[in-house]
Amino acid sequence: MTQDSKFHHGDVSTDAKPIIEMIDIEKHFGNIIALAGVSFDVKPGECHCLLGDNGAGKSTFIKTMSGVHKPTHGTITIDGKPMNFSSPRDAMEAGIATVFQDLAMIPLMSVTRNFFMGREPTIGRGPTKRMDVQKMNETVVEEMRKMGINLRGPDQAVGTLSGGERQTVAIARAVYFGARVLILDEPTSALGVRQTSNVLATIDRVRKQGVGVVFISHNVRHALAVGDRFTVLNRGKTLGTAKRGEITPEALQDLMAGGQELAQLEGSLEGTV
Amino acid sequence: MAEVVQPAIQAAKDERLKKEGLGARLMKRPELGAIAGVILVTTFFLITADSAMFTLSGIMNFMTPAAQLGILAIGAAMLMIGGEFDLSIGSMVAFAGLIFGAATVTLGLPLIFAIPLTMIVAAMIGAVNGSIVLRTGLPSFIVTLAFLFVLRGASLVGLKIASGGSTQLRGVRDAVEGDWLAPLFSGDAFGPLFVWLAEAGVIETFNNGAPKVPGIPVEILWFAFLALVATYVLLRTPAGNWIFAAGGDSNAASNSGVPVRKVKVSLFMLTAMCGALVAIITVMDSGSTDARRGFMKEFEAIIAAVIGGCLLTGGYGSAIGAFFGAIIFGMVTIGLTYTDFDQDWFQIFLGGMLLIAVLFNNFIRKRVTGER
Ligand SMILES: Nc1ncnc2c1ncn2[C@@H]1O[C@H](COP(=O)(O)OP(=O)(O)OP(=O)(O)O)[C@@H](O)[C@H]1O
Ligand SMILES: [Mg+2]
Repeated sequence: MTQDSKFHHGDVSTDAKPIIEMIDIEKHFGNIIALAGVSFDVKPGECHCLLGDNGAGKSTFIKTMSGVHKPTHGTITIDGKPMNFSSPRDAMEAGIATVFQDLAMIPLMSVTRNFFMGREPTIGRGPTKRMDVQKMNETVVEEMRKMGINLRGPDQAVGTLSGGERQTVAIARAVYFGARVLILDEPTSALGVRQTSNVLATIDRVRKQGVGVVFISHNVRHALAVGDRFTVLNRGKTLGTAKRGEITPEALQDLMAGGQELAQLEGSLEGTV
Repeated sequence: MAEVVQPAIQAAKDERLKKEGLGARLMKRPELGAIAGVILVTTFFLITADSAMFTLSGIMNFMTPAAQLGILAIGAAMLMIGGEFDLSIGSMVAFAGLIFGAATVTLGLPLIFAIPLTMIVAAMIGAVNGSIVLRTGLPSFIVTLAFLFVLRGASLVGLKIASGGSTQLRGVRDAVEGDWLAPLFSGDAFGPLFVWLAEAGVIETFNNGAPKVPGIPVEILWFAFLALVATYVLLRTPAGNWIFAAGGDSNAASNSGVPVRKVKVSLFMLTAMCGALVAIITVMDSGSTDARRGFMKEFEAIIAAVIGGCLLTGGYGSAIGAFFGAIIFGMVTIGLTYTDFDQDWFQIFLGGMLLIAVLFNNFIRKRVTGER
């Protein structure tokens, strides 16, 4: 595939104000430095791809963005105001929804219970305030259908779903709750062709609604298909940010792999990677 | 935007879904094992025990200890579903008994103050338990094991201080005599109804015409009430969803926005308060409190919860299951006295039940999660 994708890209003007801005983020785990000063921002209506080799620090970075980790150093601002997330719940209340690499699903619980975990819609008030089970079930079936998966039943335990189905539940959940920023950490790693194209189309759809999307992928074609900007991480640092059209797929792929090695490999594999 | 592959219009039913019989659906309920157990145990005693066991007074006879254990078991089950244990609830019964006894006898407080005081102290100890577990990340097993000894010891020491050297504090009955709150926590409920039933000849009477069973012991009503509330909370409220999530995978739950810490600390507090409620009811019933109160009850409560379908790994179980688990317990403990068997068979019976329940639950879990 070339850079020409089937999507209209977000025509984000360069001076649009970012929704969330991460400035000089560092994260240390004991003596391990996972992030050594990464700056990154997401504007409304754009898809900002975060790329990089295994262990580059992508997941750690988006976890600081979604309130799981507290940065050791650096500031996070939302709409220009400094924020201090003390839990993922805080980040969610700020409109940030995340598909984590490990999906954050609970196998023993039903699809519906997983989908609304932490954000259950209720009916009634006072002591009769209870989950709106019917609405929950209907929403789940509907949202999953939009992603191209027909659930056998919303009360099925997540542990009995296939890997890709499980990933789709996590994506559908984040899309449903991602009011302002949607973070996807390798959301398509287990997906079939149809579901992958659905996910890319969904990214495009929510972007049009003004949501800022952060998309992590090891697949250059997927990234190029939807990305407006590309930031490459390497060993906890940014190698730079490129706008769509400013960089060739080959150059991007080399950057993602950290340079040299891939070029040599490519020869022996005859350009199949 | 180019065409996105739209799913073809689906038939209302998924053809990959085999029709599931009632049996198969029941198999997926966590409390099934406990209900089967109740049927099994009832059948066993119907055959072997004296028929007096299943008269109204016989039923009250085994339901009373079942209820006292069951109140603890429901707390323990909620906590286990939330992924933690509390081994200190038995000692908590003794300690809360001491607080309650000291409040009513030594300080002479009316129940309207003594009961909330006991509850608050228990809840605070539960919160300390929970905070240590969550802050350190240590298994709750070991932290609450420490409190098992600490609270038991504190009860002994405290009783000696409160009673001036004895390990028993008497006089609770006199102290609460006539208190308007007492009927809620002691004695039998629905007395007039039972008198009326006796007069109508529906239930057994003594020779003087008084009913053999003067009413329903209040602990049974508390037990049933708590089982219903706990079931409602678990199955129908967001809090219930958070409890299952926190126990299923606390990391995933927390990343999904569940306030895991708050949920777990609340559950520790709830469990401790269940212990305090049992203490209040049993101390008022016997009129005194001693340091052996609640001895070994932590294990019995956990066993009842496990028989009721709770997984030791958390995230799965039911309050109704614990309800039936506690009834099985009461039936076996009391039921053996109605049979020709030696009382000491009780523990063998219990160990066997526990083993069967765990094997059964393991099997159920595999079915629910699709053998993964
Ligand atoms: N909790 C942690 N404790 C210690 N080290 C950690 C922790 N989390 C991440 N790291 C380290 O930080 C580095 C970055 O990890 P991260 O998961 O962010 O990589 P990634 O870019 O997402 O990789 P992948 O593409 O494989 O998902 C790794 O070297 C990892 O070992
Ligand atoms: Mg990662």
